[in-house]
Amino acid sequence: MANTLLKIENLTKSYDGNVILKDFNLSVRKGEVIVIIGPSGCGKSTLLRCINGLEAIQSGVIKLDDEIIDSKSKTITKLRQRVGMVFQSYDLFPHKTVLQNIILAPTLVQKRDKKEVAAEAEQLLDKVGLSDKKDSYPRQLSGGQKQRVAIVRALCMHPEVMLFDEVTAALDPEMVREVLDTMLELARQGSTMLIVTHEMEFAKAVSDRVIFLDNGEIIEEGAPQSFFNHPKTERAQKFLHTFEFEHIK
Amino acid sequence: MQALGLDVLFKGSNLLRLLGGLGKALEISLIAVALSLILGVLFGVLMTFRNPVIRALSRIYLEIVRIMPQMVLLFLVFFGTTRVFGWDLNAEAASVIVFAFWGTAEMGDLVRGAIISVPKHQYESAFALGMTKSQTYFTIIIPQAIRQLIPLSINLITRMIKTTSLVMMIGVVEVLKVSQQIIEANRMTSPNAAFGIYLTVFVLYFIACWPFSILAKHLERKWSN
Ligand SMILES: Nc1ncnc2c1ncn2[C@@H]1O[C@H](COP(=O)(O)OP(=O)(O)OP(=O)(O)O)[C@@H](O)[C@H]1O
Ligand SMILES: [Mg+2]
Repeated sequence: MANTLLKIENLTKSYDGNVILKDFNLSVRKGEVIVIIGPSGCGKSTLLRCINGLEAIQSGVIKLDDEIIDSKSKTITKLRQRVGMVFQSYDLFPHKTVLQNIILAPTLVQKRDKKEVAAEAEQLLDKVGLSDKKDSYPRQLSGGQKQRVAIVRALCMHPEVMLFDEVTAALDPEMVREVLDTMLELARQGSTMLIVTHEMEFAKAVSDRVIFLDNGEIIEEGAPQSFFNHPKTERAQKFLHTFEFEHIK
Repeated sequence: MQALGLDVLFKGSNLLRLLGGLGKALEISLIAVALSLILGVLFGVLMTFRNPVIRALSRIYLEIVRIMPQMVLLFLVFFGTTRVFGWDLNAEAASVIVFAFWGTAEMGDLVRGAIISVPKHQYESAFALGMTKSQTYFTIIIPQAIRQLIPLSINLITRMIKTTSLVMMIGVVEVLKVSQQIIEANRMTSPNAAFGIYLTVFVLYFIACWPFSILAKHLERKWSN
């Protein structure tokens, strides 16, 4: 396929003989936004962690452009710079200010000029409405603000793909929106994104393609409209049904 | 002055002798503290390894230090080694060895605790940003561990300074020993000397340990998060 940025072929991942992802295949085009949904424990986080080389895989190939992502190789840190990741847990560095959190990796890992990075960081912070927080410490921020900083921190590395693992799952409801809006804006700008989420309305709005995962396998995939309105498989129907409520009055 | 027994302080060189005694106690504790900090960091890092042999040995070492009263250790090392092995170990060296043996265990446990208290996702988010293992350790993990560690290790230091008062039991002439000598020598002329002298010792220890306590509190407040 033309413009394929990320390609996963026959990936198998297991923990102590316990197979989590089975013969998994996925191609992601440049600029594509893919939402991955599925029941708890089906392997969504594991998939993202494999793509970022945080997990050793048992077989198969994960390729970014033409480079193989191998968690054990010496060049893995190079590849991780090209893949941004934001986790569910607030993972800012507590001993550094917001600005220091953001510019640490670009200056230390990519050896970029500190002034230039700081200017870019401030610009990005401004976009997510947090320019007044640059000298705050993470403990002084709300959950939603922390996640937006975490997104900015990943973006400042200029990644080619962004991975989001349930970044709003631990947030209070009133803070979910601000984080989702930030991600929508990224999608609008043409970023390539893989998003794991339980926010179905958001999934509909943001994605080019939805992937439904169960037991480490793709059960169904398709455009958001057709997937959400007319899921073909019974398992997808059942899963989507858990997000709906019957009227009782 | 007389009633409180403070007059003895100003007889002859008594005050100077007391200060000299305190100096001896501090000297022993500071050498032992320095050794404990260095060896403790190594021991603590060692304890974070998953090797079962290292684990078992360090557990045993820790338990021995915890269970054994420092005084027993002191007697064991001082009398035990000189008599049984025929080493010519002076009382001060024996004291330093015992306190460093104790301090290393305690410090090691603090270091281990501080390192494992840094959550796993701190490593992962650093790796996800493309940082190498050593970059992660030096800029993310160790600074966070140190913030945990410093207030705790300062408390350990003050405990070590206080506990050095035990070394008089094996004949080191430190501040308590000097006090006893002064009190003995003045039993007739100033019967209340005991109170005045021990009060002075109390103040001296307080002055020696107080700055550490303040520093610990200050850092704790500064780094709380
Ligand atoms: N480090 C690990 N060691 C052993 N098993 C693991 C480990 N991490 C995950 N698993 C197992 O792998 C399976 C998939 O986990 P994963 O975290 O990928 O699920 P998930 O789809 O992200 O679920 P959730 O929606 O709850 O986040 C689970 O059964 C989990 O117990
Ligand atoms: Mg998960």
